[in-house]
Parts: sequence; structure tokens; C-alpha cells
Amino acid sequence: MSATEPLLDVRGVTLQYKTRDHLVTATYRIDFQVFASDRFVLLGPSGCGKSTLLKAVGGYLEPVEGEIRLKGERVERPGPDRMMVFQEFDQLLPWKTVHENVMFALTSSGKLTGKAAADKARESISKVNLAKFADNFPHTLSGGMKQRVAIARGMAMEPDILLMDEPFAALDALTRRKMQDELLQLWDDTRFTVLFVTHSIPEAVKVGSRILLMSPHPGQVKAELNSLPRGSPDGEAVRALEEKIHSMLFADEVEAEGESHHE
Amino acid sequence: MSETSALRPERHFSPVDATQFGVVEKPLSIFERVYNLAAVRKIAILIVLAAAWEIYARTLNNELLFPTFSATVQAFVDGLVHGTLLVKAWTSIRVLLVGYAAGIALAGILTIIAISSRIGTDFLETLTSMFNPLPAIALLPLALIWFGLGSGSIVFVLIHSVLWAVALNTHSGFLAVSPTLRMVGRNYGLRGLPYVARILIPAAFPSILTGLKIGWAFAWRTLIAAELVFGVSSGSGGLGWFIYENKNQLEIPNVFAGLLTVIVIGLLVENVIFRTVEYRTVRRWGMQT
Repeated sequence: MSATEPLLDVRGVTLQYKTRDHLVTATYRIDFQVFASDRFVLLGPSGCGKSTLLKAVGGYLEPVEGEIRLKGERVERPGPDRMMVFQEFDQLLPWKTVHENVMFALTSSGKLTGKAAADKARESISKVNLAKFADNFPHTLSGGMKQRVAIARGMAMEPDILLMDEPFAALDALTRRKMQDELLQLWDDTRFTVLFVTHSIPEAVKVGSRILLMSPHPGQVKAELNSLPRGSPDGEAVRALEEKIHSMLFADEVEAEGESHHE
Repeated sequence: MSETSALRPERHFSPVDATQFGVVEKPLSIFERVYNLAAVRKIAILIVLAAAWEIYARTLNNELLFPTFSATVQAFVDGLVHGTLLVKAWTSIRVLLVGYAAGIALAGILTIIAISSRIGTDFLETLTSMFNPLPAIALLPLALIWFGLGSGSIVFVLIHSVLWAVALNTHSGFLAVSPTLRMVGRNYGLRGLPYVARILIPAAFPSILTGLKIGWAFAWRTLIAAELVFGVSSGSGGLGWFIYENKNQLEIPNVFAGLLTVIVIGLLVENVIFRTVEYRTVRRWGMQT
């Protein structure tokens, strides 16, 4: 929150998508601003449209109402200034080695070429401690390693904002904790801006610096909270915040019975 | 909960050093290792088939109906060394390659049109359902009228036999590319032809390879059939014509030698060319086991 201008400005964004027989409103008039070096978390139960919202920021989906601006420019299509890290393990190109995967992102987006790209890729891969596996094909890696490559790829591109769509959700609990710590260490080094989607309250509290709470059907902003400052592992404060978020989300589920959302 | 844990004390161990184990890794026996080679297993199958052929032909003892394997091999070697078998095979392969390449190129164009728009998809689907069931050989009489008595008409029917199989497989391969990979490609800012060439084609390569294999087999069938039926038309004549000619002269071992040539070429292409491509691509990438 050092700069006064928001890096990412989401204003009144309503998102809809069509299924075979329905038009579904995924999010309704969402507002939030992300500033440089924020670790901004979108948190909510499934069905609150947080992933859809992230895809819209990624440029894969056009808002039916409102607009998304990155550095003042309207987001219209996917682009390398907003690198995505997906939940799925199949996000690495299977026909390229780890090193080639990272390098391909750099060369095909025209960011770097030749030796510069190769060096940058190598540097980024060693940052996530995978230097030994640089020449492996993705199918020989474990899930956690694949996600690390995806993160390395995202970081190598030095995007304006890194978009992470539940990147650790498919990992086992032990690996997930390790990956969260690693992500925070990387952030300590480079202070990149990240927009992080999760449905886990502890993960949001741990990873985020600011948390956007969303309610489901359709997704609306419920609250925007500050998380705890980085580097103060105060168990009591963490628990209190988790508790607070939990009760806010839980309260919503109870109210939802009688209350009808105004469209 | 607390009572049970009081009853059962915690247990701690330190893992034994690996040098303490008798066997951590043991090499497989020679038989197991040899049996693991696909080539050895396949050659064994071929030997059994050849032996069965030899035994059956000897018991039948009728050179005109079913020559022995050894007689066929004899005729095959004779044909290669003294006869025209090699020239005939080359004539066939040359026409085949031209038709195959043209078919693949057309299939590529059709599928790219198909994935870039919905009407393109409908176009490909309609054309495929119309023409795929049509035997290529049924078009040969027409082709002879359009392109005359030459390799032109054979290339035309070859294209017909290759095009639909390859286009259908490539298209279904493109459709099966995971949405995540598509989004990754677009995330890099790839669009249009670079997107197809650098994301879709490698991602759909298992299906494309299947299409290429089926197309290759279809092309051979069509070619041999075309040469058999309208052999004279292809100028100097290929393998089909060789088979036809020798049948008329009742040189049955030569007929079998012609068939054997087709079989040998088929085995070579499948087990050398396609297998190498497969090992270098889809297997290396872990897309096929």
C-alpha cells in the first residue's frame, strides 16, 4: 500500500456465463483495488465466483458490467502481463522440459530471446530449488514440483501481477504448508504483487496481506480485511482472525436461507 | 482418547542404514531382460507365424494355391536381386508418398479452418460424414475420367483415403486439449497460427499420430487395390500390378512375394518410423505409456 494509484482496479464487475440451459451470474458488482506488492486474497466458499473473477482479471472472460483496469489500461484479453498459476497439474506443456517450459513463456511472449531467456529461466528455476530437475519432463515430477515450476514460470515473466488460482489446493497438506512458506520467502525477496484465490481460511490468513471475503450465489463482496503483518507468527492473533473470518462466512450461510439477493 | 494414549507409550525408531540390507536393487535375470524388449517379442511372433505358414503349406503341398514360406522368400529374394520387384515397390511408394503428403496437408488446412470457427467445425464434420464412408476405390473410375490414365488419378484417390482419417483424428485431438493448456498458451499472448503450431499440435499429438498411422494404412490399401484393378493406368505399374501380372501367369510364389513386400514395408514403417516418432515424442513427454 505504498503507492497511491492502484495497480489493479476492479470496479462494479458483474460476470455471467452460460451453461446449457441457464445464464448464471457468477459475481455481482465486485469492487476492489490491488496495490503494488499486495498479497491480495480472494476468499470465499465454492460458488462465490472467485475463480471466475480471477479468470476475468486474466482476460479470459469479459465482464457484462463494470470494468477491470491494470495500470490504468482496460483488460481485454489474456496477456503475459498477468501470468496465471492454475490449480491443475497439467498446466506445464508436457512436450517441454522444465527449463524449456519456463523459457518458452519468455520467448513466445517476446519478453526475452535466446541466451537471455535461457539464463532468466535457469535463475528462476533455481529460485524454486528445482535446478537439478531443469532437464526433466513434467510427467516425471511430483505435483508440488510441477506447481513450483508453474510459479517459477510466473515469476520469470516478471508480470505486473501474478494470478494464482488455488495453486496448492490439489497438494497434500504437508506439501501445501511447505509451498506456502516458499511462496512467502519468494515474496520477501522480490515483493511481487499477487492475486491469490483460495477457499481455505488458514491459507488466506497465512498467505495474504489483504483478504477479500466473498459471499456466494452470486459472488458479492462481504468484507475486505487486513491480514496479520508478515513475520509475526502470533498463534493467538492468527486464531482470532481465522475465527472472525469463519464466523463471517458462516453467518452468511445461515442468513442466505431467508434473505433473497436483490439483482 | 487420553486414557488410551496413556496406556500405549510412544515409540521411536531410527531407520537402518541402507548398507545393512541384503538387496535394495537386484538386476533382472537375462530371460526377463530379453523378454522386456518389444522387438524380441515381436520377432518371436513373426517366427511362429512363418513356421505355421511353412507347415501348413507343406501339408497342403499345392504350389498353385498356397506356396510355402521358403518358396515365397525365394521368389522375394529373386525378385529383389534379378527381377523388377524393387522397381515396382519404388514406383508404388513414390505415388504413395505424394498422395499421403498431399492428404496430410489438406487435412491440416481443413482442421485449422475447423478449429477457428464454429461454421468451420460444421463444414469439416459434414464433409467427413459424407466422404469418409465412401471407399476411395469407388472414386477411381471418376478420377480416371478427370485426371486421365496416370499417377494423377491414383494420387487423387490416395488423398481421398488419407484426408478424412487424418482430419477426423486431428480435429478430435484438438478438441481434447485440456482447457488449462489452452489458457496457458493464451496467457503467453499466443494467437492464431502460432497458437495452433506451438500449443494445439503438440498437445494433440497422440491423436494426430494415430490419424497418421490410420491414414498410412488406408493409403496402402487404396494404392494396392487401385493398381490391382486398374493397374495398367499407372504407367510402369507398381506392386499391385506386379501381383496382378504374376497371377495371370500363374507365378503364385511371385504373387505371394508381392504381398510379402507390402507386409514387409508395413512392418518397417510401423516399427521403425512410427515407433521412433512415438518414442521421441508422446512417450518421452509422458502423454502415452
